[in-house]
Amino acid sequence: MEKLRYALYTGCTARESTPELLKSTLAVAEKLGIELVLLDEASCCGASHLQDYDDFLSLVLNARNICYAEKLGLTMVTICNTCQLNTAMTKHRLDTNPQLKAKVNVKLAEVGLEYKGTSEVTHFLYAIIQDYGLENLSKKVNVPLSQFNIAPFYGCHNIRPSELQNLSNGGENPYNPTSLDDLIIACGGNNVDYDAKNKCCGFHAELQSPRTAAVLTGNALSGAMDANADWMVTPCPLCHLKLDVQYHSASKAIGRDVKLPVLHMPQMVGLALGCTPAELGLQHHVTKVNFV
Amino acid sequence: MDEIKSQQVTFKLFRFNQETDYIPYYNTYVLDITHEEVILDVLNRIKWDHDGSLSYRRSCRHGICGICSIKVNGKAILACKSRLFDLIEVFGTELTIEPLSTKRALKDLIIDKEDFWNKHEQVTPFLVSDIDENPTLETLVVPDDAEKLLEADYCIQCGACHYSCPALEINDRFIGPAAFAAAFRFAADVRDDASLERLHVVNEEAEGVWDCVKCMECAEACPKDVNPIEKITKLHNMIFQAGIAKNNVATRHAVGFAHSIEKHGLLDEGELVRYSEGNIGVLKHMPEAFEMWKNGKIVLPWNMPKSKNLDEVKKLIQSSSTVKF
Ligand code: SF4
Ligand code: SF4
Ligand code: SF4
Ligand code: SF4
Ligand code: FES
Repeated sequence: MEKLRYALYTGCTARESTPELLKSTLAVAEKLGIELVLLDEASCCGASHLQDYDDFLSLVLNARNICYAEKLGLTMVTICNTCQLNTAMTKHRLDTNPQLKAKVNVKLAEVGLEYKGTSEVTHFLYAIIQDYGLENLSKKVNVPLSQFNIAPFYGCHNIRPSELQNLSNGGENPYNPTSLDDLIIACGGNNVDYDAKNKCCGFHAELQSPRTAAVLTGNALSGAMDANADWMVTPCPLCHLKLDVQYHSASKAIGRDVKLPVLHMPQMVGLALGCTPAELGLQHHVTKVNFV
Repeated sequence: MDEIKSQQVTFKLFRFNQETDYIPYYNTYVLDITHEEVILDVLNRIKWDHDGSLSYRRSCRHGICGICSIKVNGKAILACKSRLFDLIEVFGTELTIEPLSTKRALKDLIIDKEDFWNKHEQVTPFLVSDIDENPTLETLVVPDDAEKLLEADYCIQCGACHYSCPALEINDRFIGPAAFAAAFRFAADVRDDASLERLHVVNEEAEGVWDCVKCMECAEACPKDVNPIEKITKLHNMIFQAGIAKNNVATRHAVGFAHSIEKHGLLDEGELVRYSEGNIGVLKHMPEAFEMWKNGKIVLPWNMPKSKNLDEVKKLIQSSSTVKF
């Protein structure tokens, strides 16, 4: 296979509150022989909150990020669902609206950049599945996760709105997504099914609507527990923060003690590939990863 | 002529009569269906051939009246528009048919939509305009202005989005995606005189747009591509543009992103929470922050990472900002 190369848009979270995500992403890429070029110039995607405040500014900043992937001539991969949503949304809006693209490019010209639309934007989960291939991945698995029941938590912003996401996620159906389940199986694990796997964790309303956010987190954790999961896995660091850190408020909100270890998608793959817990930053979790 | 394809499907059908039943139950039917049939055809066949007491709503059979919306395996659909073969492709050959909201069921698939209409009423879902009752000329809307509605006027009030919204499910004061789309539809209309009042309604805490969790369920559920969450984002923008954004945790959370990006390129997560909550409010996050700090999840201010070429970001924020708070 030709060596896969991508421009990695880390987002903010992987450089701050989930350092284990960046670490495990790089570890897995190395094991699989995938080259990731870090986009250190990139700024925050706005997480859909800057979009609420100043839509045009958010387009300009996200277009600038994509410019740096275009300069390298590489597909941009994201490791956060919300980064994926906002970056892909920017790309889609600019690629389908020449006037808007021209307006954004007037601004970008001030800093010597031009958005062309030549780089694709895809989440690392889908790059692994579509470009690397699950069969190739299974061949590299040397520590199959066969003793674990693993609950996939997809996170909204990789699967909805499907009209946008299907441009990069291989046509995943948001009402019955399969990618993360397939990945668990490729790693030798047992995927468990539960209602909340494709639902929202509530992250984005946590400050202004804490009860709503906590109930949603609680539903996800309790659904996974009822399905006999040993732990959960998610491709989104924001879902991760919510599920890993906020179990106190979630338990209080739904009146039941809920708590499960939650792994980032690359941490799970890394375990199956034989990376050590330290290489995957497993010590950074608030809900302790007690099984390795 | 195309060949008729057929397939055996097991239907689990929600049954409940508010007047006689304590709890709902499900009837199971195994039917052969063809590739030409929609869900409504199946409901008709069950009613006509198996059980005349089955109740559901339908009228236009053309995806226009919005009355036949139900859920199949949790996906909100119009019964008269959703082809069985499409559903089988997603869910396989066991389909569970339920009302849009099981807790609001009156009889079988018929629900009480009172809460839906009340939310609509809250946003004044009609044009408010002081018009001459005997006009000599029609009121023209130029194409550019008509486009500003972004097809929000395609809503058929089916409730698919409303009963798929998790924020509404938990917080029944939340106005919800359909009524927000309606609020936008009229607030964005150049002929309307009540835009500001409507923006005030959707700007309320607990009820308004700020309590949306951004799950995109509404965009996915809508059979008419109204894309309510896009309109909700527009309402956020209009609230800031109209200068009526209140100084609260939700608005500061949005504005805080711009501040943080200007300073670091990246988001300063801790500072964003402090800025949003204020110096007192932030204290309630301390237990969690301490847990995070213990596990190496908090970056201290002097270690805050910055984007390379930060001067570009600063310059773009200066030149491309379109609103002030
Ligand atoms: S979504 Fe979050 S992690 Fe991703 S760039 Fe935006 S703020 Fe940063
Ligand atoms: S699941 Fe949570 S973090 Fe993920 S997209 Fe939804 S709200 Fe955001
Ligand atoms: S995006 Fe907001 S309004 Fe739409 S369904 Fe989700 S919470 Fe409800
Ligand atoms: S916005 Fe779409 S889903 Fe919601 S009520 Fe209107 S037509 Fe139905
Ligand atoms: S019967 Fe009118 S929309 Fe389905």
